[in-house]
Amino acid sequence: MLAELDEGLAGLLLARSVEQFLYAEAAMLDERRYRDWLAILDDGIRYFAPLARNMRRDRLGEEYTRQGQDLAWFDEGKETLTQRVEQIETGIHWAEEPVSRVCHMVTNVEILSAVPEARHAETVEVRCRFLVYRNRLQDEEMLLIGKRLDTLVRDGTGWKLRRREIRLDQNVLQAKNLTVFL
Amino acid sequence: MAGNADSLDVDALVDRAGGTVARGIFVDQAVFEAEQERIFTRAWLFVGHESLIPKPDDFFVSRMGTESVVLTRDRGGQVHVLLNSCTHRGMKVCRYDQGNTRVFTCPYHGWSFATDGKLAATPGALVGVPHFDRAYHGELKRDDWGLVRAPRVALYKGTVWASWDPDAVELTDYLGDMRLYLDFALDGRDGSPGGSVVVEGVQKWRVNANWKFAPENFIGDMYHDISHRSVDLVGIGPSGGRGRRDNLRPRTTICFPGLGHGLIGEPPHTSEPPYVPAWKKYPEVEEYFRQVHERRVALLGERPRVTMSVGTIFPNMSFHGRQPRTIAVAHPISPTEMEMWRFCLIDADAPAAVNDAARHYFLRYSGPAGMTESDDLENWSYATEASRGPIARRQRYNYQMGMGHARPVPGLRGAVENGEVTEENARAYYSRWSDFMRGDPWTPPAAEYVPMPEPARETEDAG
Repeated sequence: MLAELDEGLAGLLLARSVEQFLYAEAAMLDERRYRDWLAILDDGIRYFAPLARNMRRDRLGEEYTRQGQDLAWFDEGKETLTQRVEQIETGIHWAEEPVSRVCHMVTNVEILSAVPEARHAETVEVRCRFLVYRNRLQDEEMLLIGKRLDTLVRDGTGWKLRRREIRLDQNVLQAKNLTVFL
Repeated sequence: MAGNADSLDVDALVDRAGGTVARGIFVDQAVFEAEQERIFTRAWLFVGHESLIPKPDDFFVSRMGTESVVLTRDRGGQVHVLLNSCTHRGMKVCRYDQGNTRVFTCPYHGWSFATDGKLAATPGALVGVPHFDRAYHGELKRDDWGLVRAPRVALYKGTVWASWDPDAVELTDYLGDMRLYLDFALDGRDGSPGGSVVVEGVQKWRVNANWKFAPENFIGDMYHDISHRSVDLVGIGPSGGRGRRDNLRPRTTICFPGLGHGLIGEPPHTSEPPYVPAWKKYPEVEEYFRQVHERRVALLGERPRVTMSVGTIFPNMSFHGRQPRTIAVAHPISPTEMEMWRFCLIDADAPAAVNDAARHYFLRYSGPAGMTESDDLENWSYATEASRGPIARRQRYNYQMGMGHARPVPGLRGAVENGEVTEENARAYYSRWSDFMRGDPWTPPAAEYVPMPEPARETEDAG
């Protein structure tokens, strides 16, 4: 009984810690603290956003393009993500200068796996839904909604993001550019 | 609609002698509708690549102007372009992006159309009509109601082109000597003909900008380089360091005024310049391209060859010939909206590591998330918006840079060059736009030809 309670508590604590990590990350991006954001990315991170295609039901395995070989919206590591931050910091990256107002909402957070176990988790796989809103200049709006599959690894007392797969629920992207982090 | 379009004063919209263009052509609904009728139903349009439909019965849904078309390959290997609209009530017969089928069945009333030459005499023929006997009494003339088929389809080194105009000139004449520059993009890096394929997946995205901003930009606008200072400061080239590309070869702006095509690149030359390392961050890739260079030198010998970075084939197909090597298509949606498509071109026989490096360079450079292209999209969308008002529309865009300074290009028919930074190419583009908008008849390909200088030879007994 006590062991079950312990296990349940460990799961709750893990879920809480992961949620707090994701919320803090969203705040970093919305508050434009991009260097803080880079610091919570594992050096070996893979940041991948496949394209979604309209495929017949019997070929839905091909709905999303494949990491490492097909075209995607993003399929990159920390070096390029860092360059994106550096580009914003130049102050002349016109797609984000004047700066946009961006809001990241994270919801439906589910822990899919914890290794070796919840209490001493070193690696967790987390699924969530996201909504990213951007208002640019006066009346330009972008609304991106989709699913994220994240792999977090423990780093001292906190977490780092090792892999992120972003499944945007759009076929033809309804946005002129993707200059926000998702 | 048609009335408005008929009353368009095309010569007032594009002032060739004065080098200005009315802003209306970027925002006006009547102009947009006239473009659909007069340009997109006549010009040769890029619709896809054979590698998207490698097998019999494969299909890929593309666009020609505002219309949806299906690219199919029949069992005899022939490629067809069909209007994606049921002849009965207009429903799209195909709502997938790609796949494999021998019959397209309309979801609305069940009319079905075959692409297979065995089932149907002509591709897209109507082969199935529910209640044909009972309700149509067998009297429907099925042969008359096949899917509308583009009468002209041409394949060129893997690329697929179509025109709705049965009288259009041959694609090769439409391309003229611009073909040499298209070859540079489509040929193997070692100079072997063709052999390029597109990477799986097409980036498609909507931009609140007039569609012409994209081809005008890619036809040869080095003047806008300043837009990209931020990415140049960061440096995303495959050799590291500053800049978004690698060591550049001397280049100029070349266009074909009679055809409306243009590019940034080199005039034809007959010897291969020394190898310049361009992939220093990827030793394996660097070594591969060094070997490719040796093969290229041996293969091309003293044959004329060109290099280019970006170019546009009128009206809306643009391409990057060197890395990141891509095809970009600007599909018109409305006067103030376009849908951009980007394909990534690679050599089919290159090692995976080489193609992966090329693909990654593409992703960080081009497309909506591209660190270069994202800034272009901002420019095009707000230039469109700020040209809509009545006062703004009384003004004209200025294309006067370098007027009167163009000179013929040795080795090319009907081509002029005008230095690295000029608006010559945009003027050629809008001149061709005017030809189409006036409904000018097809003209024979340009004949003027300035011979290339004899290649400098080192005589064997010299010294």
